[in-house]
Amino acid sequence: MKRFIGFLKKEFYHIFRDKRSMLILFGMPVVQLLLFGFVITNELKDVKMAVLDHSKDEYTSEIINKIVSSGYFKLVENLDNISQVDETFRKGKTKLVLVFEPDFRKKLVKGPHASVQILTDASDPNIANMEVSYLQGILQNYNVEINRGKQVTNQIIPKTRMYFNSKLESVYMFVPGIMATILMLVSAMMTSISIAREKEMGTMEILLVSPLRPLQIILGKVTPYLILSFINTLVIIGMGYFVFGVPVLGSFVLLMAESVLFILLALSLGIFISTISNSQQVAMMLSMFALMLPTILLSGFIFPLRNMPLPLQIFSNIIPPRWFIIIIKNIMLKGTGFEFIWKETLILIGMTAGLIGLSVRKFKIRLE
Amino acid sequence: MKSKISITNLSKSYGDVQALKGINLDIEHGELFGLIGPDGAGKTSLFRLLATLLLPDSGSATLCGFDMVKEYKHIRNLLGYMPGKFSLYQDLSVLENFNFFATVFNTKIEDNMDMIRDIWLQIEPFKHRLAGKLSGGMKQKLALCCALIHQPKILLLDEPTTGVDVVSRNEFWQMLKSLKAKGITIIVATPYMDEANLCERVALMQNGEILSLDTPAGIISGFKKDLYAIQGQDIYQLLLDLRAYPYANSVFPFGQSVHYTDTREDVSLSELKDYLISKGQNKIEIKRITAGIEDCFMALSQQNNVQA
Repeated sequence: MKRFIGFLKKEFYHIFRDKRSMLILFGMPVVQLLLFGFVITNELKDVKMAVLDHSKDEYTSEIINKIVSSGYFKLVENLDNISQVDETFRKGKTKLVLVFEPDFRKKLVKGPHASVQILTDASDPNIANMEVSYLQGILQNYNVEINRGKQVTNQIIPKTRMYFNSKLESVYMFVPGIMATILMLVSAMMTSISIAREKEMGTMEILLVSPLRPLQIILGKVTPYLILSFINTLVIIGMGYFVFGVPVLGSFVLLMAESVLFILLALSLGIFISTISNSQQVAMMLSMFALMLPTILLSGFIFPLRNMPLPLQIFSNIIPPRWFIIIIKNIMLKGTGFEFIWKETLILIGMTAGLIGLSVRKFKIRLE
Repeated sequence: MKSKISITNLSKSYGDVQALKGINLDIEHGELFGLIGPDGAGKTSLFRLLATLLLPDSGSATLCGFDMVKEYKHIRNLLGYMPGKFSLYQDLSVLENFNFFATVFNTKIEDNMDMIRDIWLQIEPFKHRLAGKLSGGMKQKLALCCALIHQPKILLLDEPTTGVDVVSRNEFWQMLKSLKAKGITIIVATPYMDEANLCERVALMQNGEILSLDTPAGIISGFKKDLYAIQGQDIYQLLLDLRAYPYANSVFPFGQSVHYTDTREDVSLSELKDYLISKGQNKIEIKRITAGIEDCFMALSQQNNVQA
């Protein structure tokens, strides 16, 4: 036991004296969370819009007023001619042009219908899509308004309600994703680098020749990062809750238990990486490519899995964060209990056991 | 317990390169033994094998009676090992390094003060300095201290004086002598031939083989030929001229002079001098000298190459 505490002390010295690891450990989670939370939002705000009004009557100006007062769009320009549209888009600022046909009012009042044309700059297709649907929503509302009191036959009116995230806040999605990314990165990358550093500096030779057993070395390496990652989990959930208002509806204890399980998984992955890399550089590259990118891209964190090609969907099954994200979304946002996430938990436990077994077998008691 | 080392027919290759070719060696209890040879001779490989860090291709060795392969765990408790590269934690202070290795071996610094007092006194003034900021000599002293913390029976030192200044080198050897007096078997690898004289017995190594195994005096007395140190103005030209001399046996540059042996029993020094003058050399001085370890090594390695 004294040996173990001595080893821990040494590891904490390493971590606290290395500015780079301190930055990765504690700077990155906060910065990433703030970045994702504040900067990257999927909501529209003040999209620059131009109007080409061939009619210029009270209806068109009312529609324009409604659109601008929604807050999503901002009128920046009035065009006179359809030929100006192309140039406006090329300038890049204006993303959307609304065209009213001539005699808009006459056609609207006398029927059967009047037309508006929505032109968008689709060089960013997702945004363009969103702009169109927001605009259509506003026009739809207006439609209902002007037809109030009139008998409209045979109409289906959909009423929607968004469960678990009624305001569609994107930060709800990012907090679980970032938690998975950070824990993966901190745990796996930092342990693999710290073991690889012992090899690179030659200190592993001395540790091996000492009476320390491989398990003692591994435990000594893993425990500090287990503690630090756990602190990180608390920081992320705390920031999510207090800064962004992401709730924890389910059991907090269950959430913590699942997080510790995931940290253990990431740590064993880190040890496994270190057994196959001999330098810090290799360990870092492996962690980056083998862990970071799949964690961000293939875990369902940002891009929905069901839209991916089948081979990638199948491949995503072996990405641990995929399961972890399901688990924490369930606990935090839906408040479900263990009975709905035991399958995912079992998968994580299986992966952890497999990796620990592999790394203990691969950990060398000699230099080759 | 007798800390004897027996090595039988030990071989090790890395791919196509044969690092050790059937080494046989016995090192007695309490001996200060030197492995002398240039880089690539196989010294480090032999050390790593003895430290149970590598597995041999064939052959075996026992340390203190324990088999190197099967009973490696016992050996690791008895061994003090200092790798060629400085292998302590550079971001830990002297004292922290020291405490760490003490706890790893389940012991305390105070309990081992007898063993390390002389060395510790020298590094104590720097005990709060980070190990990475120490001078080369201090680093080696600290590494030696850390290797001694658990009172090992056998001490393996891989090139402990490489990159260390002359004064520190002398101090280091003084320490080894006092450790030897405490009954520790010490094996030192070094590329410096002059350090061979400080060992009780030495093995001259080259290309994974032991060329010669004897006391330093024994190795020198094995040098049968008359050895001459020749000085001139242009050492390089002198070297070329001597090599072109029909009776030249061996010609090696050696600092400010050239060491020369002749193929004949009786050497006519005046004839040699005339030959050199005829080649345009001037200020020639020829002196008969006694051979050093390096001369022996050169002669042995030349013989070895001719045989091979």
